[in-house]
Amino acid sequence: MNDKLQKIRQQFPILNCRVNDKPLVYLDNAATTQKPLSVIDRMTRYYMEENSNVHRGLHHLSQLGTAAFEESRRAFQKFLNSELAEEVIFTKGTTESINLLAFSFGEAFVHEGDEIIISVMEHHANIVPWQQLCARTGAVLKVVPVNDAGELEMEEYKKLLGPKVKLVSIAHVSNTLGTVNPVAEIIRLGHEAGARVHLDGAQAAAHVQVDVRALDVDFYSLSVHKMYGPMGVGILYGKAALLNAMPPWQTGGEMIDKVTFEKTTFGDLPYKFETGTPDVAGVLASVPALEFLQEVGWDFIAEREHALVKYATEKLAQIGGVSLVGTAKEKGGVVSFNIDGVHSSDAATIFDHFGVAVRSGHHCAQPIMARYGIIGTLRASFAVYNTEEEIDVLVKAIEKTVQMFG
Amino acid sequence: MTEIKSCAETEAEIEDEFSLFDDWMDKYSYIIDLSKELPPLDEKYRNDQFLIKGCQSQVWLGAEYRDGRVYFQADSDAIITKGLIYLLIRLLSDRTPQEIIEAQLESLKRIGISDNLSPSRSNGFANMLKQMKMYALVFQTKEG
Ligand SMILES: Cc1ncc(COP(=O)(O)O)c(C=O)c1O
Repeated sequence: MNDKLQKIRQQFPILNCRVNDKPLVYLDNAATTQKPLSVIDRMTRYYMEENSNVHRGLHHLSQLGTAAFEESRRAFQKFLNSELAEEVIFTKGTTESINLLAFSFGEAFVHEGDEIIISVMEHHANIVPWQQLCARTGAVLKVVPVNDAGELEMEEYKKLLGPKVKLVSIAHVSNTLGTVNPVAEIIRLGHEAGARVHLDGAQAAAHVQVDVRALDVDFYSLSVHKMYGPMGVGILYGKAALLNAMPPWQTGGEMIDKVTFEKTTFGDLPYKFETGTPDVAGVLASVPALEFLQEVGWDFIAEREHALVKYATEKLAQIGGVSLVGTAKEKGGVVSFNIDGVHSSDAATIFDHFGVAVRSGHHCAQPIMARYGIIGTLRASFAVYNTEEEIDVLVKAIEKTVQMFG
Repeated sequence: MTEIKSCAETEAEIEDEFSLFDDWMDKYSYIIDLSKELPPLDEKYRNDQFLIKGCQSQVWLGAEYRDGRVYFQADSDAIITKGLIYLLIRLLSDRTPQEIIEAQLESLKRIGISDNLSPSRSNGFANMLKQMKMYALVFQTKEG
């Protein structure tokens, strides 16, 4: 293990835990990543020294909190390279970001007979809100298929694009297959057809550098807990012109301009989309998570994740009866697989006794499971702190499983 | 007619069987063996109506009430779950609703497979135990 990797691992206290008397091998990073000490400390410090509500009080702590909250917004502005800080809306995660978008974009722009395009590899969070929108408005949901390797059928996508398409909403990186989608092309083609494009960046934002301006993407969602940051914080990025044209989703305090019992006028961006008390500690502790990513660097992240995926893919291929699900050319840090004749939940139970944490099941993406005619997979997903030695433990666990159930 | 063992007696029996193994691997191998003992499920139960919701493995559970006693049948597509189902059925089938409702099943915890009983929504097995108790409660209420 090289020095840099060692130093990275030292920042994550949980990696020293033991599970079932074995060192924890945490390979469930697509579900959520672990948090470095800097993030944990920031949360603690907030509650020890700074706790108060934001955007309301005139007293010292409230002003401090408000300033730090807005600084955090600017940190995300920089992180995503958005033009304006108010294009960054705080939510509680990708799911909430997409629900907000589906409601507010839907109210403003989607009518009966319009079309929304998603893909068959989406997480339920990027399926169900659009189904609901379609049910409300009479719009029609169109689904881009994937090939056997788990890549989007771009020719089919082109065929689906037409004048009725109002929005394309596609995963930047797939949570089950690991496929990195050709988002630049998806966006360009979508725009040419007059549609707006949203990317579900839940599985991308900790793995590749996201530049919303270079992409020219209209909306982008992410979850900070999948990026070494705290739970309960997400972002919806949107172009200001579009966000300004959209009505608020949830309503209540903080987001208003003026309230009488006859009529309420709403505040400006970003507050009109941020009602109620946010997770202030989480928002502030997101900043050290972004700093962690910055310090580690995108090149190192890409290098390590590619190495781990390559190593795992090669090792798994050597075990008889293991088949990979998702073999796209462009792949992020996810290896999904099945063991012949072994249910994924049985395998995961055995893995647990080796200290190995992987996800088993349908990964909240049932349509893609149906596409491959399977009910689930085992999914090892990597973060920058994972090692080849940990993959060796996984391999041992798989071999034992094959032996027990074979 | 042979005397039916009480739930507590059956628990003690199961605990005895498992006490032969001190290695978790052997325990699971035994559970895998037990899965093969599970009587086949009547196909009328193998559909969504009898499916216990749980992310990880599918479990179908049917129950019948005859002469004051509840009889369970079940199956799963996962083998460890199936072995655990075998134990649950051995413990809880052919009992009165009251016995089923009162069953604590502490022994399963002591055996060291209690992780599988944790009330997680992703766990079909924990939900199965709950569903068995629900059946018992419903049968008891109907009767009362
Ligand atoms: C691709 C994708 N979209 C959306 C989500 C939902 O994210 P969250 O649960 O943080 O809202 C996930 C989480 O697994 C995901 O992988």
